[in-house]
Amino acid sequence: MGPRSSHIALIPDVDQIRNETGFSEASLLRLYGRFQTLDRNKKGFLSRTDLQQIGALAVNPLGDRIIDSFFLDGSQQVDFAGFARVLAHFRPVDEEEAATRDPKDPEPLNSRMNKLRFAFQLYDLDRDGKISRNEMLQVLRLMVGVQVTDEQLESITDRTVQEADEDGDGAVSFLEFTKSLEKMNIEQKMSIRILK
Amino acid sequence: MLRTTLLLLCLPLAGAGATEEPTQESGSLGEPPPGLALFRWQWHEVEAPYLVALWILVASLAKIVFHLSRKVTSLVPESCLLILLGLVLGGIVLAVAKKAEYQLEPGTFFLFLLPPIVLDSGYFMPSRLFFDNLGAILTYAVVGTLWNAFTTGVALWGLQQAGLVASRVQAGLLDFLLFGSLISAVDPVAVLAVFEEVHVNETLFIIVFGESLLNDAVTVVLYKVCNSFVEMGSANVQATDYMKGVASLFVVSLGGAAVGLVFAFLLALTTRFTKRVRIIEPLLVFLLAYAAYLTAEMASLSAILAVTMCGLGCKKYVEANISHKSRTAVKYTMKTLASCAETVIFMLLGISAVDSSKWAWDSGLVLGTLFFILFFRALGVVLQTWVLNQFRLVPLDKIDQVVMSYGGLRGAVAFALVILLDRTKVPAKDYFVATTIVVVFFTVIVQGLTIKPLVKWLKVKRSEHHKPTLNQELHEHTFDHILAAVEDVVGHHGYHYWRDRWEQFDKKYLSQLLMRRSAYRIRDQIWDVYYRLNIRDAISFVDQGGHVLSSTGLTLPSMPSRNSMAETSVTNLLRESGSGACLDLQVIDTVRSGRDREDAVMHHLLCGGLYKPRRRYKASCGRHFISEDAQERQDKEVFQQNMKRRLESFKSTKHNICFTKNKPRTRKAGHKKKDGMANAEATLEKPRDLGFQDTAAVILTVESEEEEESDSSETEKEDDEGIIFVARATSEVLQEGKISGSFEVCPSPRIIPPSPTCAEKELPWKSGQGDLAVYVSSETTKIVPVDMQTGWNQSISSLESLASPPCTQAPTLTCLPPHPLGIEEPQVPLDLSADPRSSFAFPPSLAKAGRSRSESSADLPQQQELQPLMGHKDHTHLSPGTANSHWCIQFNRGGRL
Repeated sequence: MGPRSSHIALIPDVDQIRNETGFSEASLLRLYGRFQTLDRNKKGFLSRTDLQQIGALAVNPLGDRIIDSFFLDGSQQVDFAGFARVLAHFRPVDEEEAATRDPKDPEPLNSRMNKLRFAFQLYDLDRDGKISRNEMLQVLRLMVGVQVTDEQLESITDRTVQEADEDGDGAVSFLEFTKSLEKMNIEQKMSIRILK
Repeated sequence: MLRTTLLLLCLPLAGAGATEEPTQESGSLGEPPPGLALFRWQWHEVEAPYLVALWILVASLAKIVFHLSRKVTSLVPESCLLILLGLVLGGIVLAVAKKAEYQLEPGTFFLFLLPPIVLDSGYFMPSRLFFDNLGAILTYAVVGTLWNAFTTGVALWGLQQAGLVASRVQAGLLDFLLFGSLISAVDPVAVLAVFEEVHVNETLFIIVFGESLLNDAVTVVLYKVCNSFVEMGSANVQATDYMKGVASLFVVSLGGAAVGLVFAFLLALTTRFTKRVRIIEPLLVFLLAYAAYLTAEMASLSAILAVTMCGLGCKKYVEANISHKSRTAVKYTMKTLASCAETVIFMLLGISAVDSSKWAWDSGLVLGTLFFILFFRALGVVLQTWVLNQFRLVPLDKIDQVVMSYGGLRGAVAFALVILLDRTKVPAKDYFVATTIVVVFFTVIVQGLTIKPLVKWLKVKRSEHHKPTLNQELHEHTFDHILAAVEDVVGHHGYHYWRDRWEQFDKKYLSQLLMRRSAYRIRDQIWDVYYRLNIRDAISFVDQGGHVLSSTGLTLPSMPSRNSMAETSVTNLLRESGSGACLDLQVIDTVRSGRDREDAVMHHLLCGGLYKPRRRYKASCGRHFISEDAQERQDKEVFQQNMKRRLESFKSTKHNICFTKNKPRTRKAGHKKKDGMANAEATLEKPRDLGFQDTAAVILTVESEEEEESDSSETEKEDDEGIIFVARATSEVLQEGKISGSFEVCPSPRIIPPSPTCAEKELPWKSGQGDLAVYVSSETTKIVPVDMQTGWNQSISSLESLASPPCTQAPTLTCLPPHPLGIEEPQVPLDLSADPRSSFAFPPSLAKAGRSRSESSADLPQQQELQPLMGHKDHTHLSPGTANSHWCIQFNRGGRL
């Protein structure tokens, strides 16, 4: 596997990353290996093109948005810490860990709220804290098959926004977003098993 | 033969001839017949089907009786009751006939009783849930069943070696393994019967139930392998045979699944082309699924697996292709068949147990088996779950494991298999039969009875139902894509990755191939949820007594879509009919796309549910096509009731308007409306206000004329009053030359009180506010407000212009004495209020070119009012024969579904 490091100590800032993300050693090693595979020129960071070369992402309707979420701060590169931080959202929730957590600590990245926030920012393109009708329409356009006409799509959008919109401002705030997903098991739905 | 037929024909004639029956019977045996018999008893000719029908009837009646008491059924599962009933019935038969007559025949069971149940469970299997848990299901089904079979068999053999089983039971290790293989499999019928009433959470249910379905392959293989080993004799079994046994596991399971998938593909493909023969759609589903079962059975593959996969695989495409009615038909037929089969199976199980000649008791064997199957099931579940939890995102906890162990019910499959054993090869068969019966009874009755309290006591997570929301549906899709993307980034090709791949493949190729174009959109899940939500809203809205159609710029989410759809409909129709003008509004309503069609079906369903039909069926019926007339008539009647009621309230409160009775008739899609259109065209440009100027209320009565093809519709006229269409023109309106009809439909006349209800006062179009609660009916999705307005104006104007018709067919118009009318009465059928934007002044060319009409409709702003009722009318027809002084517009519900 090429440059895959076999030892955890080779990862820069490993302790800090572990604290922040909560990944296990094995997961970090696996991610670091992947990071190095993706980093074709051994730059030490990933650029957009590195991620865009992943074949299946290109056909994923949300692929671009997911890639964008790695570069949230506006920079054009992401180091391993940032890479791991994004992926940490998908670490399964460990109940024991959640029970023993100090309430004063900041919420771990894989908490329900943070998982939701990650999903929310995929919708909220202009980052104003609200999913506007237009943003909702764009997501729906990606999700719904091409056979649905624009008008129908608009109706669906209207209805979707109306359904979640509680304060009547015609947009979905993060609070309203979480409320609309109250009954869904987010911890389970937004986790990937191998990212322990 | 001929004689028999003749005699059979005579049968209904001879009500009183029953006493002759014995002599006739004896006379017909050898001697020449004494003549034409009036009555003849032919029991043997009908015996078999009659008995079958009778058994099913008894079982169904028993079911009804059980459910009379809610208390009993809430405590005792139905399967227990049925088994007990079977025991009682078997006892009666035994006492009467001195021998056990009826029992569960393995042939009947496997060929007729089992397939419907498996098809039902496969077809209605929640596929997402199933595939999400496929790993666990497969593990339990394959490893678990193998484990159970071997451990039980070996343990029983050990028991025998230890001398705890009587020496009468002549069985070697292979016999015990054979017995272990048939007793170890969890039975889908029993599991389904019990778990459906328990309502554990869906993950738990799908694991237990999926296991019971998929373990069939393992059971079949084990049973066959062991059986052939036993028949060969243990000395002759060679190493290669063991290898073959292992290999056959793969052949049987994968082969069965492949057969199922092939037939699922065929089924989906076939239903794609049934557009013109909707009536056989449900049949196709059953036929091909059954063919899959029989094919797999024929090739000694796993038939259960084949049907399960067939149902699972075809559902998505079949549901998209077949019509709404067919979908309902499939659903109910499937459920009925499955429930029937299940009932009969349990009852026959009970009856079979009575036959003591078939079984021999050995306490050691029975108790040992009972203990071992429970013990090893529990042990197996714990071991497998421990392994599985290493790989599961959501581990199965201890409570789940308890329920899974305890839910391992054995059932009719085991019984049928043990009956199939060959006594000459398996000398201990009678003991095995007895043990199997006890095990089945124990698991179904004792475990079935106690599992509910157990689940309650352990506080197992129950399944919770919540209404789907668009947001949830959308976000769920987003999450799926997010997870797939993250798996890509991480470089791990896991479940989400493959699911995503599959969906892409499905979208690109499979759906294209197997789904109708028109159906393709409908199957989009988000759209589907949206559609269902709308329907639900419409129903609840109607239930509250609201009007189906609303107006006044409601922010109906479906408004834009309605526009587009109906526009295309109109253009399509005009293009097809080639007719210049569309007088009747049904045209606007006419649906062309599959979606529209579905909407219409749903609409008619709603309509049908909203009133009690008081008509009889028509004499004629098509064999190959479902007649739409009943529906049509029903719909018409709804409309007529509405109108009548309206008119009455209008009459009683306002004026002495004469009320005509006439004979409306249904008609089929005809061309005669063109006459009316021609009239309209011819007279369109005449001054519009003629005759109406000083008319306060006009009853327009146009007696409809029977069309040549509607030969069968005469039967229905007697209790009909004509549809009275009341046009009330206030002078004010007419002076302004403007008209705006506000027709209010009450979907059910019983719902709407004569005086305005609260709801009505608050209804959006009453209050004139646009931001009121959004209720979208299925109907609204197919009617364009704009087009409606235009169409309405058109028909009004054309009627007006008919006032001085040049053609002979036009009835005369009588103007009633003028009455100043107020419009404060909400039920007044036609509310003519001034609307500055909508008027009669549409361009004359509109009536000629449909295209221009729809274009112009697009130009119109959102109208304030709609004319809901008119949407249902198919044809407006003018009668020549009336010297009647009224015009009555005959409205018909569209039969264009």
